[in-house]
Amino acid sequence: MADATLLDQVKDRKNRADPYPLFARLRETPVSRQHDGTYVAATHAAVASLLYDPRISSETLPPSKRPLTGNPFTDWVVKPIRQHITDTHRPFIFRDPPDHDVLRGAVMHQFTRERVQAMRKRSDRLVADLLNEKCGAREIDIVDDLAYPLPVTVICELFGVPREDEPKFHGWATQLATALEPDSLDDDAVRAKNSRCFDEISAYMAGLIRDKRRHPGDDMLSGLANESAPGIGRMGDYDLVATSILMLVAGHETTVNLITNSMLTLMRHPEALERLRAEPGWAPRVLEEVQRFDPPVQFRTRKALADLAIEGTTIPEGAPVVLLFAAAGRDPQAYADPDRFDPDRHDNRHFGFGGSLHYCVGAPLARFETEAALAALAGRLQNPRLAEDPPYRPGAALRGPQHLRLAIDGIA
Amino acid sequence: MVAERAVVVGAGLAGLRGAEALRRAGFTGSLTLVGAEAHRPYDRPPLSKHVLTGAVAADATTLPSFLPLEAEWRLGTAVTGLDRRNGRVRLADGSSLAFDRLLIATGTRARAWPNPHEGRLAGVHSIRSREDATALRTALAAGPRRVLVIGGGFIGCEMASACRTLGIPVTLVEPSTAPLARVLGTHMGDVIGALHTARGVEMRCGTEVEWLEDDGRGRVVRAHLSGGDRIEADLVVVALGAVRNTEWLAGSGLSADAGGLDCDADGYALDTEGRVDARVAAAGDVARFPHPLYDGRRVALEHWSHAVAQAEHAGRLLADRKACSHYAAVPTFWSTQHGINIKSVGLTEGADGLVIAQGSPKEGRFLAVYGREGRCIAALSVDCARWLPAYAAQVAARAPFPPIHGAIDQPEHRPVLPPGFS
Repeated sequence: MADATLLDQVKDRKNRADPYPLFARLRETPVSRQHDGTYVAATHAAVASLLYDPRISSETLPPSKRPLTGNPFTDWVVKPIRQHITDTHRPFIFRDPPDHDVLRGAVMHQFTRERVQAMRKRSDRLVADLLNEKCGAREIDIVDDLAYPLPVTVICELFGVPREDEPKFHGWATQLATALEPDSLDDDAVRAKNSRCFDEISAYMAGLIRDKRRHPGDDMLSGLANESAPGIGRMGDYDLVATSILMLVAGHETTVNLITNSMLTLMRHPEALERLRAEPGWAPRVLEEVQRFDPPVQFRTRKALADLAIEGTTIPEGAPVVLLFAAAGRDPQAYADPDRFDPDRHDNRHFGFGGSLHYCVGAPLARFETEAALAALAGRLQNPRLAEDPPYRPGAALRGPQHLRLAIDGIA
Repeated sequence: MVAERAVVVGAGLAGLRGAEALRRAGFTGSLTLVGAEAHRPYDRPPLSKHVLTGAVAADATTLPSFLPLEAEWRLGTAVTGLDRRNGRVRLADGSSLAFDRLLIATGTRARAWPNPHEGRLAGVHSIRSREDATALRTALAAGPRRVLVIGGGFIGCEMASACRTLGIPVTLVEPSTAPLARVLGTHMGDVIGALHTARGVEMRCGTEVEWLEDDGRGRVVRAHLSGGDRIEADLVVVALGAVRNTEWLAGSGLSADAGGLDCDADGYALDTEGRVDARVAAAGDVARFPHPLYDGRRVALEHWSHAVAQAEHAGRLLADRKACSHYAAVPTFWSTQHGINIKSVGLTEGADGLVIAQGSPKEGRFLAVYGREGRCIAALSVDCARWLPAYAAQVAARAPFPPIHGAIDQPEHRPVLPPGFS
């Protein structure tokens, strides 16, 4: 690995637990070229400038690797839904305006205040129930016992997925989240697994949508499947499947990591955990600071649509551009004492939810789920101790612990 | 140091931010703010928008103060004269205030309807102050049969938009061929005009209101247009732009007229001989200054963000006279009409080309760039403001025009259009 670039080292699993020293080195060149022609933006100013530059595109996926066979039967009759989605109906996280805006607009139309408020209440209840189940335990795994089940239940209930089908989504969401890792497309085994998983979830969603048309409920999927958004209309079926899958996947892994990263950070800053126990209303500040200090989405990749002069470099047209949100969060040019965890800081302009037109649709959900989880954990765990430095899941872009085991004296 | 005395004339947005900047820059002397209106500084943009629809009360627009000013307030007291030889400003109540440093931020007032008798009729309004907006809100809430808006500038267009939001029939009369033509040119003016028409505003462009007729009891009932047409309207809003409040400077020796008070590139006031008076700076609507981005063309800008930026600059200048620097902020403004967000950076004046850089006017969502002699000079966004900072950078850098190639949602063909400035 002598000539491995800094970005290679970031992706290297052995640096997963603490990539921040690498980020500091990356920031020395605000926008740097990697050996494969990828450009990395690592300072706060560079990331902010590129996020709001119209010459940066989200249509980064290469064309589908399985072109038409020329056989009309296989191409058009048995063509799986997955193929339609990857060819022409990609989820809007991978699309630019105007299509992106239309699809996102339809979702936002259904993301009503009433639905969000109802889920907030529901999420407080879910957190209480999950912790009640562990009553009397001497150990808790923050991931398996709370951070993992909470978001999947919230998103499934919001979408009106029947309770008995929820376990399926755990597996699908985890598998499909790997598709957001930069190297996943190069690994044939991962690709094959993702394709199978994609086929399963898209078939399931298509069936669920049919069901929501026959028996509309007051859930979001019923709304998307049956109602027209003003000025937008009703989403086409393939787009609806793609959008539902996106919501389920994007709303899951990231929230798991936000809760887990927050709890790990609190365990390493006992005075903050103590204060949160006494002052549960402090939870929002804690989670916003974690979004700067140790964000669940460490970077996203975009594409330059034109030669783009920035910070003394020219990113050539067509080059992939990595926006290193996690490095921007520790930029001393943007933050006083950036390596200090300080929820009370007033200069927090983090990219934890991204920014610009792809700003996290589910941010309100992530916020109240995490607030509920942190306030309850701080308030109810008796004498929590970090049992080990946690193992991390493979992802570098969506990064978070595999498990976070805490020894406890009980749960209040 | 002898205790210095600073006086800020004009207690609006620019006056307040300028006074704060003085303090922030370390000025410890006495500070007095003089305001003709009886209120603490308040925000005007909502007066022609949310206040009219009733969403926000007129008295809920008081501006927040960002630090303790430790100032004396002389509110409800107009300033009547400036005696530079003795370093005093004269006030309407006969008193005067001595100053060592003076910030002039007297702003503008609404241009009155040229016929004073007609202007005083019941049912004839204008919008500038909190009281104006309150009166207009009351009149709109009473459910007029038809509102006539005279003038298709930003205030006129926002007024028409508020009427439609309230479901009130409205006619807008504008002498040029399109609304906003003076600021945006007729090409973009036509685009904005079409948005208004589509939302039920009756647009009467290319004609003028000749006179207003009353019912014999002092209430307006109809307007007569230059072509002979009549418009039945029981509420008339005069939106003919603003006049700068510089009359009080007559005899002061400073170079001031209806177009503003002249300043140098730093922001110091100039006398009629073109000499700097380093005790006096100006900011906001009233200040006319050479803008470095536009080859030193003298401009007076009536925009909110400019009032803030220039006042902060002037406050620093007065606090520390050595800290001279040119004021060069790129002008910006915004407007909301029918829920559509309209924003602009730069100055369109003198544009010789226009390009739709992103989106399309047909979809009601686009970004247009104005060019002059091969440089980008301004950009306009309609429901598309996210990308405006990237274009502001192009304007600030005097980048080549036509601009940015290769952007998301970019039309394939981007012809250079005539912007339509007469």
